[in-house]
Amino acid sequence: MSRFIDLTLNGISNGMIYAAVALSLVLIWRATRIINFAQGGMLMITTFIASSIIGSSGSYWLGFVVALAAGLAMGAVVERVLVRPVEGGPPLNAVIATLGLLILLQAVAGMIWGGTPRSFPPAFSIRGYEVSGRRVLFGPFDTFTVLAVLGAAGALALLFRGTGLGLQMRAAAFDPLAARLQGVRVTGMYTVGWALAALSGSLAGLLVAPAVFVGPNTFDAILVFAFTAAVLGGLDSPVGAVIGGLVLGLSLSYVSGYAGSSLVTLAALAILIAVLMVRPEGLFSSTRARRI
Amino acid sequence: MLQVDGLTAHYGPVRALEEVSLDVPSGGIVAVLGANGAGKTSLLRAISGLVRPSSGRIRFDGATINQDSTEDLVRRGLAYVPEGGGVIGELTVAENLRLGALWRRDRDERERTLEEVVALFPRLAERSAMHASTLSGGERQMLSIGRALMGRPRMLLLDEPSLGLAPIVVEQIMRVIGELRRDRGLTVLLVEQNARSALSVADQGVVLNVGRVVARGEAHELAGDEQLRHAYLGLT
Repeated sequence: MSRFIDLTLNGISNGMIYAAVALSLVLIWRATRIINFAQGGMLMITTFIASSIIGSSGSYWLGFVVALAAGLAMGAVVERVLVRPVEGGPPLNAVIATLGLLILLQAVAGMIWGGTPRSFPPAFSIRGYEVSGRRVLFGPFDTFTVLAVLGAAGALALLFRGTGLGLQMRAAAFDPLAARLQGVRVTGMYTVGWALAALSGSLAGLLVAPAVFVGPNTFDAILVFAFTAAVLGGLDSPVGAVIGGLVLGLSLSYVSGYAGSSLVTLAALAILIAVLMVRPEGLFSSTRARRI
Repeated sequence: MLQVDGLTAHYGPVRALEEVSLDVPSGGIVAVLGANGAGKTSLLRAISGLVRPSSGRIRFDGATINQDSTEDLVRRGLAYVPEGGGVIGELTVAENLRLGALWRRDRDERERTLEEVVALFPRLAERSAMHASTLSGGERQMLSIGRALMGRPRMLLLDEPSLGLAPIVVEQIMRVIGELRRDRGLTVLLVEQNARSALSVADQGVVLNVGRVVARGEAHELAGDEQLRHAYLGLT
């Protein structure tokens, strides 16, 4: 029983990280109908930036804030420079462009920071809380992870539902032409969408780095998990992304605990295929099924 | 208010408009008539900046607007209600309306405009929280006109507002268009296949056929022109 509780708690904490990356994929998909394959690379760069700043200044929170700001800026720049020319074109162009960016970012990171993964400090202790004399697999840093991701998701929901900017972003995503006819600067909304997505991604990078270390390729797996979570949630629903992340985190935690950790990636792929076969529109999508 | 001079426009290799000229005076209602494919919608798309003219000149308020973006033109008071309304079905009625005024800075002004629009179309207030996709055709058309009014335009480009609507709803919409002109001096360029109802509210009419102007004149003259009615307007 205690093992089940541990696996559940661990699944929630991991699921929140998947949710944050899934959220970044969903934001970009909603805005521009592009899957950002470079998301793992982008959050890798911002986490490296955080690592360097923490190393030189000794302040975790300075690195944390700079990484988030760098994510915001990088998202906007990537949309302006790389994505803008392929927007509205055949989807394959965007796929190639983001894959190309991923390879570029990984190569650049290797040149600057080297190929050997380095450790990354957590914001708070990772030692589990003591509950009736037993340490559970959930500590202050996990609490921080859950709160940070829920906070980010809540802030995004508020932005989308409660502000004029959010309304314009939704309008631009649903119907760009109609939005332009209401004076909405649609391309500007795309830039904001990418910036927010990259912000969410860099948050995830900071949260997962203590566990996977920081290296040019250490975040590759997280993108696969996040993509599965996003598809599970319907790919265009932010709420779906969070719930999808949670469901996937729990599932993979149970698989890892009861069946062996070597099966985790396989299980993620099995879930992805199962969702695509049984309910291709995802659990929370507002649109019809996608054709692939 | 709006002058179009020798406007030619293409969709790819297809010439949609050829040397079209027309003039909409401030506070006037001009109807553009013609069959399917006559170039009516292309004309509106060119004026609103969605299609770039190949040659010719479009002036709004004295300034040439050939190269201006749609978003900027909306902000300068030239609103375009496309065929079918362009209502965003995933948003609620209230959100659609709010969207139409968001670029305006003054929050109080926006609130006041909303009250005016709701007074004009009380139906929209009843449907306020519903998704726009659940509206009937007539309600959609009201919403799209109301949404355009949220930006306090000086000129309205209306594309087939009567399309697919019951005669009684068409009558209601034409009446509102007439009222808007009378009460606030709104200038309207109205594109219609339904010549009879368009000419009932317009001062002047222009008839397009395969991208060219084939007739123009006072609305009541056009409505009475036997030959024209048979050739282009489908009236009997």
